[in-house]
Amino acid sequence: MSLSVTLAVARRVLGQLRHDPRTLALALVVPCMLELILQQLFGRNSPVFQQVGTPLLGLFPFVTMFLVTSITMLRERTSGTLERLMTMPLHKVDLLAGYGIAFALLAVVQATLVSVLAFGFLGLEVDGPKWLVVGLAVANAVLGSTLGLFVSAFAQTEFQAVQFMPAVLLPQILLSGLFVPHDQMPRALVPIRTEHVLITVARTRCQSSSGVSTIPATEPTSVPRPTAINIAANPTESEIRPPYIERASRSRPRSSVPNGWAADGGDNSALKSSASGLTL
Amino acid sequence: MLPGLTCDVAAGSVTGLLGPSGSGKSTLMRAVVGVQRVAGGSVEVLGHSAGAPALRTQLGYMTQAPSVYGDLTVRENLTFFARVVAQSTTTVDRVLAEVSLQEHADQLVASLSGGEKARASLAAALLGEPQLLVLDEPTVGLDPVLRRDLWKLFHRLAAQGATLLVSSHVMDEADRCDALLLLREGRLLAQATPSELRAQTGENDLDAAFLRLVEAAR
Repeated sequence: MSLSVTLAVARRVLGQLRHDPRTLALALVVPCMLELILQQLFGRNSPVFQQVGTPLLGLFPFVTMFLVTSITMLRERTSGTLERLMTMPLHKVDLLAGYGIAFALLAVVQATLVSVLAFGFLGLEVDGPKWLVVGLAVANAVLGSTLGLFVSAFAQTEFQAVQFMPAVLLPQILLSGLFVPHDQMPRALVPIRTEHVLITVARTRCQSSSGVSTIPATEPTSVPRPTAINIAANPTESEIRPPYIERASRSRPRSSVPNGWAADGGDNSALKSSASGLTL
Repeated sequence: MLPGLTCDVAAGSVTGLLGPSGSGKSTLMRAVVGVQRVAGGSVEVLGHSAGAPALRTQLGYMTQAPSVYGDLTVRENLTFFARVVAQSTTTVDRVLAEVSLQEHADQLVASLSGGEKARASLAAALLGEPQLLVLDEPTVGLDPVLRRDLWKLFHRLAAQGATLLVSSHVMDEADRCDALLLLREGRLLAQATPSELRAQTGENDLDAAFLRLVEAAR
């Protein structure tokens, strides 16, 4: 592996993006547009916006990088450039790392832009450092890139590569905790969410602008596989906890208690869990 | 794909790999550069087995389809490949001149004509001053003047000590080669110089000589 070759690949990929202003514009403008629509749809102070707004910041780079990477790599294979590179003093790791660096940089720009909009102008709030959200977004971009590279090996045409998007990304999004918090998911889905999905939802206490209610917010992030297997093998606190209905009757403030039920405080492990990327 | 094919390519020469489409020219070339999975037999290149890491700095390969990035300019393409083979940017100007693409250096590859794309791809193969150049149909679709210039370049490189393996499906290029490998349906019909081939078949025209060999092989 050579640093100069890795950087050459990264510069080349960025050069290709520079020549494609339309893709660049789509990658940077669409997330901002969606975040704006969401805010307009539900209103600045609505719990839905506060709850969904932050995880969306992580989902945008995930989806964008999946598409961009899978198609770029597919082109590399079909155009013969990959074959040429394989006869040159270039290690496969250089190629992958170069791609990773280039797309992570794009993700930094994308996530920063949409975060500035969401946190600065749209009134989205998150308890914890905002740079961490950008960091998680970049981690998601790398995850999206990885999955994109993976499926590009199974696609023969760009048409097929695009078809992989609903097949691979939609389950990830459904199981990411955006729709159903992880600790309320059916047990059967638990191993998938932790081991295969590699997106887990870190629970952050997120305050709405009114400052009254405490809403569990979610942030997708990736978990290293050994950690994921470890989690899958050991029941978490949430899994040995009494079922949802029972807990409701006891009315105990817990991290998973929905909006408004935990007036006396939420989970303090918020920051810790989001940093480690685990569901506790 | 290529059963029982045995051949040698002399160092410092231009060897033509000729045969119709589908005769296995590209497969043989891929085997030489080490990107083709070889089911049996051995391919030895410059004293190493094909695909060995030590070879990667000594090899220039031009695939049949232009293997350059369409969404980059010619210069950006060459600069990237030059960085990969650890060559300076002055090399880029040298190879641009060798394939007469200076005027198109800052044009996007996607906007070039077929022949220009092929030359951009050839330029990338020339970057590392390789000892072995494997060129898959480098002169397809080029005008006669350019074709002549490129063949001059090939011979100049060979005179400097490089070994060239050049494929073509047009027999009129056979005469420009020092040695010929004639392939048909994955089998080697002949390994000879153009004059040997003429003497062997009694035909003056190389196309006719090729036909004679095909008939003899039946």
